[in-house]
Amino acid sequence: MSELETAPVPRRNMELLLLLLALGVAMGAYYMVGINSDAGLSQEFISQGLVLAGLAMVFHVFLRIWAKYADPVILPVTVALNGIGLAMIHRIDLARNDDQAFRQILWTGVAMAVACVTLWAIRDHRVLRRFTYIALAVSVLLLLLPLIPGVGVVLNGARIWVHFFGLSFQPGELAKITLAIFFAGYLSSNRELILLAGRKIGPLQLPRSRDLGPMVVAWLVSIGVLVVQRDLGSSILFFGLFMVMIYVATARVSWIVIGTMMLVGGGTFAYLTMSHVTRRIDGWLNAFDPDIYHASGGSRQIVEGLFGLANGGLMGTGLGNGTPYMVPLANSDMIVASLGEELGLIGLTAIVLLYLILVSRGMRAALGSRDTFGKLLATGLSFTIGLQCFVVIGGVTRLIPLTGLTTPFMAAGGSSLLSNWIIVALLLLISHNSRRPMLSGVSATAEVATKAPRRSPGLLWPRKESQR
Amino acid sequence: MNQAIRNTWIAVMLLFVLCLGALSYVQFLASEDLNDNALNKRQLFSEFDLPRGAILVDGKPIAESEPSEGQFKYQRVYTDPELYSHLTGFYSLANGSTQLESVMNEELTGQSQDQFFDRMINLFSGKATEGASVELTIDGELQEFVYDLIPDGTLGTIIVSEPKTGNILAMASKPSYDTNKLAVHSSGQAAANMKELLTVPGLSPYRNPAIGNLTAPGSTFKIFDMVAALESGEYKADTVLKNPSSVTLPGTRTPLNNFFGGNCAAIPEATFADIVAQSCNTPFVGISEKLGREPFEDVTERFGFGQQLEIPMRVVPSVFPAELNPAQLGQSVIGEFDVKATALQMNMAAMGIANDGVIMQPNLVKQVIAPDLRVLAENEPKEFSTATSKEIADQVTDMMRGPVKKGTAVRAQVPGLDIAAKTGTSVLKDNKVNSWITGFAPADDPQVAVTIVFEKIDFKTGSSLTSPNLKKILEAVFNQ
Repeated sequence: MSELETAPVPRRNMELLLLLLALGVAMGAYYMVGINSDAGLSQEFISQGLVLAGLAMVFHVFLRIWAKYADPVILPVTVALNGIGLAMIHRIDLARNDDQAFRQILWTGVAMAVACVTLWAIRDHRVLRRFTYIALAVSVLLLLLPLIPGVGVVLNGARIWVHFFGLSFQPGELAKITLAIFFAGYLSSNRELILLAGRKIGPLQLPRSRDLGPMVVAWLVSIGVLVVQRDLGSSILFFGLFMVMIYVATARVSWIVIGTMMLVGGGTFAYLTMSHVTRRIDGWLNAFDPDIYHASGGSRQIVEGLFGLANGGLMGTGLGNGTPYMVPLANSDMIVASLGEELGLIGLTAIVLLYLILVSRGMRAALGSRDTFGKLLATGLSFTIGLQCFVVIGGVTRLIPLTGLTTPFMAAGGSSLLSNWIIVALLLLISHNSRRPMLSGVSATAEVATKAPRRSPGLLWPRKESQR
Repeated sequence: MNQAIRNTWIAVMLLFVLCLGALSYVQFLASEDLNDNALNKRQLFSEFDLPRGAILVDGKPIAESEPSEGQFKYQRVYTDPELYSHLTGFYSLANGSTQLESVMNEELTGQSQDQFFDRMINLFSGKATEGASVELTIDGELQEFVYDLIPDGTLGTIIVSEPKTGNILAMASKPSYDTNKLAVHSSGQAAANMKELLTVPGLSPYRNPAIGNLTAPGSTFKIFDMVAALESGEYKADTVLKNPSSVTLPGTRTPLNNFFGGNCAAIPEATFADIVAQSCNTPFVGISEKLGREPFEDVTERFGFGQQLEIPMRVVPSVFPAELNPAQLGQSVIGEFDVKATALQMNMAAMGIANDGVIMQPNLVKQVIAPDLRVLAENEPKEFSTATSKEIADQVTDMMRGPVKKGTAVRAQVPGLDIAAKTGTSVLKDNKVNSWITGFAPADDPQVAVTIVFEKIDFKTGSSLTSPNLKKILEAVFNQ
């Protein structure tokens, strides 16, 4: 891994600079919404903008203290995405006389606070490996929560919400983190067994079922529960997470082949047997059929989204000047269409590139990570963000059938914000641990690096917090 | 393991490239098609946020867009909605737009070719495109006068036009409706109002009866018979024709009678002119037998039957059936059987005779005026067709004086005014008739052509509403 080593420079000042830039973008977006809606510099611009800036600064300071060597790009990119999302939600509020942006900024605060606590409490991501099976138990619990009568509620045809203390929450969002932790922990401990033990059929090395058992069980439970809850998007997400992590752990393409075959088979089965899947696919294939357009649960949402995107065209209508509120769920599931309408292809491409940067930085942290667990976790979590973007944007543009997934950091919704900010905290931690100074001369294989700090007390080590 | 991570990154890259490709396709390559899609209401929505031009009569707006609070920046408001509903139509989100609001949409929204340069300038100056106003040829006072002549509860239409220009001075129909009710922003309210309007008998908010209702023209059709007969050279105004009270239609046993109770029953023989004045039926069967169907097909086509006309609203083409057998032709030449005409078509018949055989294109729009009061387009009188020669037109005019002087339209007489007109009654089921009159005045120098039709009315009420109303209208026009 020597080719990946970077000089141990904290680069927090660079982060501060980028952060100011990101806040400038977000405040600029708020400002545009204000002037184009004749409201001018509204109260919201000042209050919500300042709250976002304050939160970002506090987070930055936390990084300076607890994750000094963390990647300097991740936080600014996330803040920019979150800020643009807030501005868009505020913009749709103005059209609908609603107050979603206020809730969103509250959730942003909660999410960033929880992310800070994550940074402070964990500090070294390897701790999480100890919680491999607890993570599995928590995942199953989270996924089962919406099925408990009295707690779970059905919203928009999916039973993926829980209601308590007047708040609704999607526990599946958090389950993607705990599942990633479980997969990473289990695979990093058992990858040799999975790789080497077992029968070989042709080019395929089949692992022993007992080595793979817990994985399959976890996967089956999550997919099964989601099928019962009718949450297509999360099913795809968990499936993708599972595939990628097992591929990275084993480096065998045959897994992808098997996985794809399973996906095609499962998809066909779902299409033939489950009415809501059939409706989705039909709405996707024949979106412009007036009968399907007008049917309840038909293609109106996706078609309106396409009209919005087309209305924006290359340059966009300008923030506050379009009619994104004509699309159902304009500020949550369809926020990509709203952004595309008002910012145009150019603006939306910039946003997609921000996501690409974020995912790439996460993968970069995975490459630099000195332990298998960190590598797997960082890859899995980054891939989740990327896949989620693909499912959402592909769904909105009719590249693939539309499924109800949130656009990370942008869509209105607390659970999504919370889980994605925790993911960012974990990626920052992993990048911090991969980029912090290491003992020179020690061969930097994962296993040695994991143990090295503990066994070398005599050496000068400027920071205590990285050792546990 | 790192290689696998790199491969994963490449896979994610590919997913993002797919996304960007899909976005480029939707927002760039396919955007025009999507914007033009029939399901796409965004164009309409953006129109509702722009100042739409007014529709003017005598320089005063009968339809205009007023700034509004709420969902859209403007609300379409109609003054005197019932008086003009069939002309303006309505402009709504829920029910679309009709009549002038629909056909003049490009001008009213400022999207017409004439405003291309204005739009380019606005593009750079950042100003919103304002729509042009459309001024009508309608005479507001006359419109109101003729509208009030139609009793509530009847299906009536009155058209007054200028034969020399084709300009329509008045075009009113009942039952009418309040266009404002359909222009409300709320889709639910608009749908409820539309549902209520559709229960009114004889009313469709989507149809202007004057140009959209096809009904049997009855004896007003004899104008075409006169043209065909005179053109053939076989008949003259003083040709004496047999006038039995009943004839058997050729090749059938079906009798065709003169209108009972009329003056025709008493005269077994009369000149062509007298027969027209009294509107006898039986001699026309003989004329049709002698001439065959071609001259009638020819004449009706020259007068506008079967042709697509725009005033600028589309006028439903009137029908003279093809391939008629002699019996059917015998019925058709008195405006029965499957002959169907619009009120405007019969008005064009009067206009053509009045204007020496040349029909001027009927027209409702005088000019289009830009927001800065520049005249963008002005309608010049255009010929629609040469329906017949001046000689024939003069002879027909002379014969059309008969009904007013001493025939079926005596109640239309205005002292000192030379009037040419032809009445018509077509018999429907349930003892109902369509009651018509179409004519012009002064006969030697026609200023106006007037057509009145009441549909599905009893004979007595109908005839009390046609000739007497023609009289009132001509008095109003010429005593101004």
